[in-house]
Amino acid sequence: MHSDCIVIEGSNMAECHPVAFRWVMQAKLAGATVIHVDPRFTRTSAMADIHAPLRAGTDIAFLGGLIHHVIEHEKYFKEYVVHYTNAATLVRDDFKDTEELEGVFSGLHGYDGDPLNGFVGQYDTASWQYVSGDTGTQRAGDGAMTGQVSQNPAKRGDMAGKGPEVGANPPPQGPPFDGMVRAMKKPPPPRDETLQDPRCVFQIVKRHFSRYTPEMVERVTGCPKDVFLKVAEAITRNSNPERTTAFCYAVGWTQHTYGPQLIGTCAMLQLLLGNIGRPGGGILALRGHATIQGSTDIPTLYHSIHGYMPALSTLKQHETLADYLKTETLPASYWSNTPKFFVSYLKSMYGAAATVENDFGYGWHPRIAGDHSHLPMTIAMMEGRVKGMFAMGQNPAVGAQNARLQRKALAKLEWLVVKDNFETETAAFWRTSPEVQNGELKTEEIQTEVFLFPSAQVGEMDGSFTNTQRLVQWHAKAADPPGDCRSDLWFTVHLGKRLKAHYAASTLPRDQGIKHLVWDFDADHPEPGSRIPDEPDARKVLREVNGYRSADGRHLTSAAELKDDGSTTCASWIYCGIYPEPGKNLAESRVPDAPEGPQTHLGWAFAWPSNRRTLYNRASARPDGKPWSERKKYVWWDGKRWTGHDVPDFPLTKAPDAPAKPDAIGLDAHAGTDPFILKVDGKGWLFAPTGLVDGPLPTHYEPVESPVQNPLYKQQTSPVLKMWRRDDNVIASQDPRYPHVLTTYRLTEHHLSGVMSRWLPWLAELQPELFVELSPELAGAHGIDNLDLVRIATPRGAITAKALVTRRMRPLQIDGKTVHQVGLPWHWGYQGLVTGEVVNNLSALVGDPNVSIHEGKAFVCNVEKA
Amino acid sequence: MGISRRDFFRVSTGTALGGLVGLGVNLAPATARAEALRIKDTKAHPSVCPYCAVGCGTVVHAANNQVVHVEGDVRSPVNQGNLCPKGAAIYQLHVNPNRLTKVLRRAPGATQWEEWDLERAMDRVAELTRKTRDETFVERDPKGKTLNHSLGIFSLGGATMDNEWNHVQQKLMRGLGVVAIENQARI
Repeated sequence: MHSDCIVIEGSNMAECHPVAFRWVMQAKLAGATVIHVDPRFTRTSAMADIHAPLRAGTDIAFLGGLIHHVIEHEKYFKEYVVHYTNAATLVRDDFKDTEELEGVFSGLHGYDGDPLNGFVGQYDTASWQYVSGDTGTQRAGDGAMTGQVSQNPAKRGDMAGKGPEVGANPPPQGPPFDGMVRAMKKPPPPRDETLQDPRCVFQIVKRHFSRYTPEMVERVTGCPKDVFLKVAEAITRNSNPERTTAFCYAVGWTQHTYGPQLIGTCAMLQLLLGNIGRPGGGILALRGHATIQGSTDIPTLYHSIHGYMPALSTLKQHETLADYLKTETLPASYWSNTPKFFVSYLKSMYGAAATVENDFGYGWHPRIAGDHSHLPMTIAMMEGRVKGMFAMGQNPAVGAQNARLQRKALAKLEWLVVKDNFETETAAFWRTSPEVQNGELKTEEIQTEVFLFPSAQVGEMDGSFTNTQRLVQWHAKAADPPGDCRSDLWFTVHLGKRLKAHYAASTLPRDQGIKHLVWDFDADHPEPGSRIPDEPDARKVLREVNGYRSADGRHLTSAAELKDDGSTTCASWIYCGIYPEPGKNLAESRVPDAPEGPQTHLGWAFAWPSNRRTLYNRASARPDGKPWSERKKYVWWDGKRWTGHDVPDFPLTKAPDAPAKPDAIGLDAHAGTDPFILKVDGKGWLFAPTGLVDGPLPTHYEPVESPVQNPLYKQQTSPVLKMWRRDDNVIASQDPRYPHVLTTYRLTEHHLSGVMSRWLPWLAELQPELFVELSPELAGAHGIDNLDLVRIATPRGAITAKALVTRRMRPLQIDGKTVHQVGLPWHWGYQGLVTGEVVNNLSALVGDPNVSIHEGKAFVCNVEKA
Repeated sequence: MGISRRDFFRVSTGTALGGLVGLGVNLAPATARAEALRIKDTKAHPSVCPYCAVGCGTVVHAANNQVVHVEGDVRSPVNQGNLCPKGAAIYQLHVNPNRLTKVLRRAPGATQWEEWDLERAMDRVAELTRKTRDETFVERDPKGKTLNHSLGIFSLGGATMDNEWNHVQQKLMRGLGVVAIENQARI
């Protein structure tokens, strides 16, 4: 709403997030330029000033082209770039860019780990580091999640500063751990603020994107050069002290074998344009589930524990508590507090049993040993290695990639527990799946014991969701659920009570973790008038997430209160402060700003951390602390403290001219001009020495399945992506049998796999049937008319859908070749009031190397009249 | 009324005021009465839309321990009372004849569901969880590093469920040693 230009790319915001799109339209009414970059012309495009078409999966080339344009024409925000980014920082001499190595970076070698992790290659990241100083290589948390941190100690280079083997004087250990953290501190890396040194990040970035010219963008993406230049002109005109540009994206960006790099390209562009931490700027993820953000923060995800701390892993130096803290603590940055966050987390797990003497129960906590995400777990399930599964509020029989493989894998389970509102495709796989219908599976031979527990719905339970802007909002219980429907909380709390009772007397070391697990969520009093007297108290759960003083239970008010000696108990340091005292749950707060107020609505719910609405908002002021402009005034230094329309994301009394203290740890190691408090150097990263396993800079690679050769590099696809080669997961690239690009998407009237929409009469009636979108050119070439049945085939399977022949799909010219794109919404399945074929039967198990996101938005297919 | 559904749709999209007004039928008194009746004597509970991550505020009206009506919360700075078609259908997540209200269990090899008592089903799931966990638990890897985990159980789901559930689920799983924990956030 405060933006002067809004670029929506990788999202059909008008149809998939229509209520949020109202704000885009409000901005447009106030004069903003709206741009839609997308393979399809949708209702978002119809409302945009510019629609830039492109081939699905080529967004890095498009954004890289914008970076090239911004640098080439010196349109970057110089003062912001010099002071707030790592543009000036010098990188090691032995770093080699993709320009020098035909599309790969220095350090590439073969992958020698467990094949189940799926990697096709691996990087040694030593040469990507700054000339000297700390980049937090030890942490590299993202690598651990995929099992890519090397088992080869030589790879760690000079960053292997951990463990008692280093040096003659091992650092002191705690608690308190401050001494240990201080001993890890390294001097800051050298910088060249003229940005001229060939080793500085700015010059490296400039060379890296030197061939991403408008002509090259057109060759790779199919977006006409003149349209691309219109976009470039609009964003540069609207990015300066007076104006800001925002980017909005959704899974059109993430679901690629280079998804995180794609987001990174946008982050680089926005840093160059000075649009991070400022009102109307930023990169907004339009996420798809009510608490997909909350379930990432409070991670039902294997690779992380609360508050973005990496999961304990055998692939890193994590054997003891001290090992973990040395590996994961960044001495300079807010992450210097990791010992406080982590010890408080262990206290939330094991309570009074977690003591200084037993390293707060660290030894009981389980470790990961590789990639345990959905993609490899599907393979493990198919191989019979997974015996039991909980599928709660998720429907992989429709939603998972290569859904046929997923359903067959379900049949290998000994037991499956589904909890949902309706009989989902996952729950019914043994009786109504296509594989049962066609005889591939026989119901009588499926030995899986299946449970289906009916669920309470949102109005029938207390709890909170965290929206895509980190806003945690409480929903109140309005009525009991019917029959034996129970809240999800009820299910897990009562399952836990049964299991804890079983292990209560165990003396086995392996059982001590569950035996000592704190499990105190019973309501003090049953809810009056309720049929369900044993419903747990959701606020007690929130209290544990928020944290309390271990001794007397007093609620914590902010993460600044956390201690590393066990005196504080707090599951999630980032949620600390949401429930500062009994009776004051800020997620329940419902006080919006008055119309004349700043419209940050600090009284409406709670945004983590610390109720902050825009992260890194120190960057909304000049280095000297004054607003960049009156028009974009947001957070500023008033001579004594930081103040403004939001909670400042900076130490409140640290002056803009405060120097970095060379011997200090934490934020004292940063200067008053370093807004990026979670980064070791306080800078926004245009070049990522650590954190990514597939390169310090984004590079255009083709999707695993593509009809064309990479026009930019000899290297066709990411050299380290994840792929599981099997007869039931065949991949086709540049294969004349599959000449078209296929992309999938969602509709306004349906939700994901359809469990929450295809069973609702109102929604089922609005969008009853699966269809396939084809351009008139492609349809004409195959003799397909509107409403004809069309067979769409990939190497994994074939489905039938009704043709929607439309100008919304247009063929593109890619490197002199006509490429057609085909679009499929993927909401249908074989259960529900309206049914249709499962589109994910067509997709493949391939993934990105950082986070194992699958490539669901660009693969290849063929079409024919059915 | 004498108009088909198709006519209704055509007329309603062709007039700014709505189809029936366009046909000369004034339904305002009936509508007002229906609305008044619908939330009469209900209690309004602040809530949040459970579909996408925009986080539209809603109000759930309930009476006699039953959800009666769900609408957008006009106070919410997120949506100012507006809802999309999915948000407008939240009521049917609650009040829906297709909704399950009993636990169903399918025995190995069986061709039909059977209804199970809730407590009995919970006992059985606890027993299966314990058995699989104990049978597949590994304390150390071949190099002697601590694992304390089981890869025999896979927990999937979370992004459509409450934060509080996510907390207890990941806590219970990690307490047991189950590390294969996933949700839609990777999708």
